[in-house]
Amino acid sequence: MATIKVERPKLSAGEKIYFGAIFKGMLITLRHAYRSLLGKSTGASDLNSSGIGITMQYPEQKWDHQLPEYYRGTPALVTDEQDRERCVSCQLCEFICPPKAIKITPGEIPSDDEWAKVEKRPKEFNIDMIRCIYCGMCEEVCPEQAIYLRPDYVVTGNSRKDMVHDKNRLYEIGGKRVGLVNKWNDLK
Amino acid sequence: MDTVFLIAAALKIGVFIGITMSFVSVCVIFERRFSAIIQDRVGPNRTMVPLSILGFKKDLALPIGGLTQPVADGLKFILKEDFTPSYVRKFFFWIAPALVVVPALLTMAVIPFGSPLELDGHYIPMAVADLNVGPLFIFAIASLSVYGITLAGWASNSKYPFFGGVRSCAQMISYEIALGLSIIPVLMMFGTLNLGHIVEYQTHHGWLLLPLWGEGLELQRWILLIPMAIAFVIFTTSIFAETNRMPFDLPECETELVGGYHTEYSSMKFALFFMGEYAAMVVGSALIVTLFFGGWSLGFGIDQMLPMGEWWVSLLHIAVFLAKVTFFILFFILVRWTVPRFRYDQLMNLGWIVFFEAALINVFLAALVIARPSIGTGGFLGGLAILFVVTILLIKIAKSAAHRPSHSTI
Repeated sequence: MATIKVERPKLSAGEKIYFGAIFKGMLITLRHAYRSLLGKSTGASDLNSSGIGITMQYPEQKWDHQLPEYYRGTPALVTDEQDRERCVSCQLCEFICPPKAIKITPGEIPSDDEWAKVEKRPKEFNIDMIRCIYCGMCEEVCPEQAIYLRPDYVVTGNSRKDMVHDKNRLYEIGGKRVGLVNKWNDLK
Repeated sequence: MDTVFLIAAALKIGVFIGITMSFVSVCVIFERRFSAIIQDRVGPNRTMVPLSILGFKKDLALPIGGLTQPVADGLKFILKEDFTPSYVRKFFFWIAPALVVVPALLTMAVIPFGSPLELDGHYIPMAVADLNVGPLFIFAIASLSVYGITLAGWASNSKYPFFGGVRSCAQMISYEIALGLSIIPVLMMFGTLNLGHIVEYQTHHGWLLLPLWGEGLELQRWILLIPMAIAFVIFTTSIFAETNRMPFDLPECETELVGGYHTEYSSMKFALFFMGEYAAMVVGSALIVTLFFGGWSLGFGIDQMLPMGEWWVSLLHIAVFLAKVTFFILFFILVRWTVPRFRYDQLMNLGWIVFFEAALINVFLAALVIARPSIGTGGFLGGLAILFVVTILLIKIAKSAAHRPSHSTI
C-alpha cells in the first residue's frame, strides 16, 4: 500500500483570524431561529409542523393519515356484515398470547338464537393493554378471522382498570369487517 | 445618614440578589427555548401551574409558553435524591458547590444597576457596594470560583471529574491574564475604577463602543474605537472562558469527560453548580454592559433630559440595564449553539499565544491613541511604526512557540 500523505489545507489570513467564520456561523444560527419562529424551517410543511420549528406537537396534532392500512396497533374484535360476533371463543388466542394479556370467558349461544349453530360466543373478552406486546399472534392464530390488530395506537388510562379493554370496547375499535371468509352463513 | 445607609444597603442586597437569582432562571428558560428555536425545535412550552396537586380540579394552563419551566426544574432538583458516593472526600465534596455559587453572587455587589436615587439630599448609588476598585474586586472574587470547581473535581475521587477540575484550573489561569489586560485600555480611557463613575462618564460622553453623542462625536473617540473594539473582543471571549461557557466549557465537556467536574454530583448540589455557572454568566453580561455599553444609561443624550434622582428614573434605568443584560445573555446562548468546543491545546494556544499578546499590544496601542493630542501626528505615527515592528516580532516569536516538533507524542 502506498502511503498517501494528506496535506493540511493552507488557510488564508482571513480564515486564520477566525472571527469572520464565527460571525457567519452566528448569522446561520440566527437565520435558523428566525425561520423556525415563523414556522418556515426547511421541511416544516412536509413534517406538518405546529408553527415553531419543524416539530409536530403530538396530542394536538397527529399524523394518522400517514399510517398504512395494515398498521399493527391495538388488537380488536370485528363483526361481520350481519353484525354477528365473529369470535366463537375457542380461546386459541388466549393460549397463544405470549404475555397472557387476553382473558376469555366463553358463553353458549342459546338455541333460539339466529346463530345457534355457531354454538359459542365470548361472554367476556378482556385484553389487558398494559400486558399486550402487539405481536399479532392472536390475529395469526384466529381460525375465525375475528381478531385483528387495528391502526389505533392511543391507549391511555388513569388506572390499571382503564387499561383493560372489555368486549364492548374491543368491538368499538374493531367495527365491522367485510369481505372475509364466512363459514356460518350463505353470504360466502 | 448611617441608618439610611444601612436600610438602603439591606434593601439593595435583597433586591439585587433577588434580581440575579431570577435572572438565573430567566437564563435557564432562555437557554432552553432559544436553543430549541435555533435547532428548529419547540422547547419546553407547556409547563403549567400544577394546581391539581394542591387539590384543585384542573391545572392552570396560562398562555405563557412554559415560563414556569424553571420552577419545575428547581422543584425537580430539590425533590431528587441527594446521593453522596461513599468514596468521596466528604467535606470538600459538600463545600465545593457553595464555593462556586458564592463568588458569582458576591461579584454582583459592585455592579451599578441603575442611576443613583436621591433621598433626603443623599445620593444612594444603585450598587450594593459602590467600590472604587469595582473591576478588580470582580476579577478577584470571580477567580475564586475556580476553587469550587477544582475542589469538586478532586474531592469526587474519580478520574473524569479530576480531569475537569484540572482543566478548569489551567483554563482560568490562562484566561484571567487576558481578561485583566484587556480592560486596561478601557480603564486608561475612563481614568477610574469605580463602575458607577464609568457609567456616569458614558452617559455624558457616549457609550464606549457607540460614541454617538457628547464628546463621543470627536475624531479622537472614533480612533480610540479601534483599541476598544479589540479590548471588547478579548474581554468577551475571556468572559466566556471564565464562566465555562460553550466554546470553552472544557471542564464539563460531556463528550470527553462524562459530565466533567460535576459527574458525581446529584440533586441540589449539582443545581448549585448550574446556578453558579448561570450567575457568572449574568455577572459577566452585566460587566460587559457596564464597561462597553453604558450600563444603565439610555444613551443618545436622553439621560440628561431626565430628572436624575427621581425614583421612576432609577427604575427606568434599572429596566434599561436589565434589558441590555438580557440581550447579552441571548448573545451568550447564540454563541453556545454556534461555536463548537475548542480542543484543549487550541484553547491554551488561544489564551497564551494569541490573546495575551494581543491584549498586551492593545494596551500600548490605546496608550498611543490616548496620547495622540499631546504628542502630535508625527510622534503618533512614529509610535505606530515602532508598535507595528514589535507586533511583527511578537507574532514571529509566538509562531515559533506554537510550532511543535513533528515527533511530539501529544
